[in-house]
Amino acid sequence: MAEKTYLQAISDGLRQQMRHDERVFLIGEDIGVFGGAFKVTEGFQEEFGSWRVIDAPLSETAILGGATGAAMMGLRPVAELQFADFISCGWDHLVTVAAKQHWRAGTAVPITLRLPSGGGFSGGPFHSQNPESSFAHIPGLKCVCPATPRDAKGLMIAAIEDPNPVLFFEHKHLYRRVKGEVPDERYATPIGEARIHQEGREVTIVTWGAMVYTAEQAAAELDDVSVEILDLRSILPWDKEAVLASVRKTSKVIVLHEDTRTGGFGAEIAATIAEEAFEDLDAPPRRVTALDTPVPFAPVLETAFLPQVADVVAALRELSDY
Amino acid sequence: MATGTVLEVVMPQMGVSVSEGTVTRWLRNVGDTVSADESLLEVSTDKVDTEVPSPGAGVLQEILVAEGQTVLVGTVLARIGSGAPGAPEEPEPFAAPEAEIGPEAAAEPPAAAAQPDAGNSPRPADDLPASALLAAGENGPVQRFVSPVVARIAAEHGIDPTRIAGSGRGGRVTKKDVLSRVEAAAPTRPPVDHEAAQEPAPLEAAPPGAPPPPKAAPPLEAAAAAVRAASETTTPPEEPLGPGESLEPMSIMRRGIAEHMRRSLDTAAHVTSAIEVDMSKVAAIRERIKSEFASSYGVNPTYLAFVARATVDTLRDWPWINAELRGEAILTRSYVNLGFAVSLEGGKGLIVPVLRHAEGLNLLGMARGIADLAERARTRKLLPDDVQGGTFTITNPGSFGTLLGTPIISQPQSAILGTYAIVKRPWVISDDGGQDAIAIRSIMNLTLTYDHRLVDGAYGAQFLRDLAGRLQSWGEADY
Repeated sequence: MAEKTYLQAISDGLRQQMRHDERVFLIGEDIGVFGGAFKVTEGFQEEFGSWRVIDAPLSETAILGGATGAAMMGLRPVAELQFADFISCGWDHLVTVAAKQHWRAGTAVPITLRLPSGGGFSGGPFHSQNPESSFAHIPGLKCVCPATPRDAKGLMIAAIEDPNPVLFFEHKHLYRRVKGEVPDERYATPIGEARIHQEGREVTIVTWGAMVYTAEQAAAELDDVSVEILDLRSILPWDKEAVLASVRKTSKVIVLHEDTRTGGFGAEIAATIAEEAFEDLDAPPRRVTALDTPVPFAPVLETAFLPQVADVVAALRELSDY
Repeated sequence: MATGTVLEVVMPQMGVSVSEGTVTRWLRNVGDTVSADESLLEVSTDKVDTEVPSPGAGVLQEILVAEGQTVLVGTVLARIGSGAPGAPEEPEPFAAPEAEIGPEAAAEPPAAAAQPDAGNSPRPADDLPASALLAAGENGPVQRFVSPVVARIAAEHGIDPTRIAGSGRGGRVTKKDVLSRVEAAAPTRPPVDHEAAQEPAPLEAAPPGAPPPPKAAPPLEAAAAAVRAASETTTPPEEPLGPGESLEPMSIMRRGIAEHMRRSLDTAAHVTSAIEVDMSKVAAIRERIKSEFASSYGVNPTYLAFVARATVDTLRDWPWINAELRGEAILTRSYVNLGFAVSLEGGKGLIVPVLRHAEGLNLLGMARGIADLAERARTRKLLPDDVQGGTFTITNPGSFGTLLGTPIISQPQSAILGTYAIVKRPWVISDDGGQDAIAIRSIMNLTLTYDHRLVDGAYGAQFLRDLAGRLQSWGEADY
């Protein structure tokens, strides 16, 4: 057990899985010689060679198409899209082919897509998005959004081992800010299982990714409200039972996410709560999300756009007073 | 024995927001041959009574819900088959021969009859109390909001959530409030009462002390007692009847009225202002158009229609009279759903049907709408939706000759208009030359009773002034 950053934990998981399984190879822009835009794969080409750590041309379409084909031929590709935003270039390969191939032809497509996502650093509209909700709507895909170093490593290994296409949303804001104890051995964190980040009795916050820490800070600001924070970890499939169990306990719930509001995954969670835990609710389920605009560049605007600790505090206060 | 199809008679949905009904009277007995659409029984909600027709022809094989019992919409009330009662094709003999349909059946714990078959029942048994309670919260739009979890917990413990002091926003009862009530109540209540309280008590149960039913009914009394204890009403001590006294159970409607009147007085700060209105012009116009309205439309242009027509126009200028206090906010509306108090059963009951979007009606439409509602109220054809959603109410005790009154506001509205007898009086008027003279005029009093929390005296008075002005200056062309 050693203390690692979120970024180191991802590297650790990748490296162990590559050592464990020769079918695993990496492909992405500048991931080889340069070690990746965020240095997740620094030193990988030296260890595994340029055939297992492939520098791709500047074409997400080629990366996703190549990875899908390699997976169908029996390999276990891990494709890095330098920014999650650019996954849209490969939509057709991912959504039309990879997600449906098993249902259409019985061929597994075990690809893992590493998707550096999230804002908070003035990256503007092309380098800051959290597009997980778009893909949570696609049957055949899996989406994971780890918040802690331990889960980042465990979910990376689980994603590579999974026979389905798995989108691994790694939050850029957490790369070097979050540190935690990470087991040294190779282990998989089950996809689709939530984690109770903090136990509480009065209000549940369901969230994932970097917003887990926003929720934690907000909860710490309110001494008189006992807040339970549920880190969903996976949003497709998502741990409905854990959410419903927590709602049954607290009867009040906030769904917090960094993605935009309309059609965001929080809506799915809120709707499910209304359908399945209606008689346990003591207040309307409340969403705290980004605004329905592209991500602004200007720091003051981006702050206004992203859910802030104060927004969560206000929502907690509103629900606790309800 | 015949093996034809068995038809189920279910509690009908009598309006979008009504989820239960009470069987008030069975019109046919087990063993009777019934034809399709023939009335089988009478059911009652808190506001509306209606008859349930037979879904088909056959023999009434069994009655599953006894008179006086309240059950959810969709609950099977009876079965109609082609064979004789108790025919062997019945999968489960519910032992519902005639013997159980009398008062003895009402003495059974209600669930026994109300849940004929757990497998076929639309709702599982343990859902009953919660749903019943939710429905109770819908009796009027006035009731404070009860969250789903509070409704469920309250129902599970036989507690009336409206009688708990709320610590939430606007006095809302929170989950915490109801749970602490449950905790507080737990040690004092024997478990048998708890069980009993879970079942909704038959609403028409004869109160203890009434001429006793043929057989004493301990379980029923226990249930009723538990409900009373839980709802914390203070029941006066039971006294033996003296000579010349008699006791009769309150009807469902009576209970509803009693509860609403008390609650309204507990809610609103009632103040009444009155104004005298010279109705001579209206009277003259009414005389002129009466025959045309009757021959062309079959409608009587009543004074009430004139008042209603002038009222909706005046409400536009004084929106808080047509408003509602909702929590700490004031809800105003661009429409008027006008309620009319209609007395029933020789003055022993009252219903307030609502004319929706009355602001869009001219005099003819208003007269027609009022006549329709009054007719349907008298013939018990109103649907529950006809008596909900009112935003302002007119009550007309003047039809009995009274001159003044102080009505109670229909919650959550903010005011109620009272109209009184139109009486010819010697009246001081100014003639064209500015000379005062005494004339014979048709004078009517109007009262506005308003919620002083929202409506100030000056505001209410100006509404009355404008309303009176409209009526006094009614022109031939004003419709």
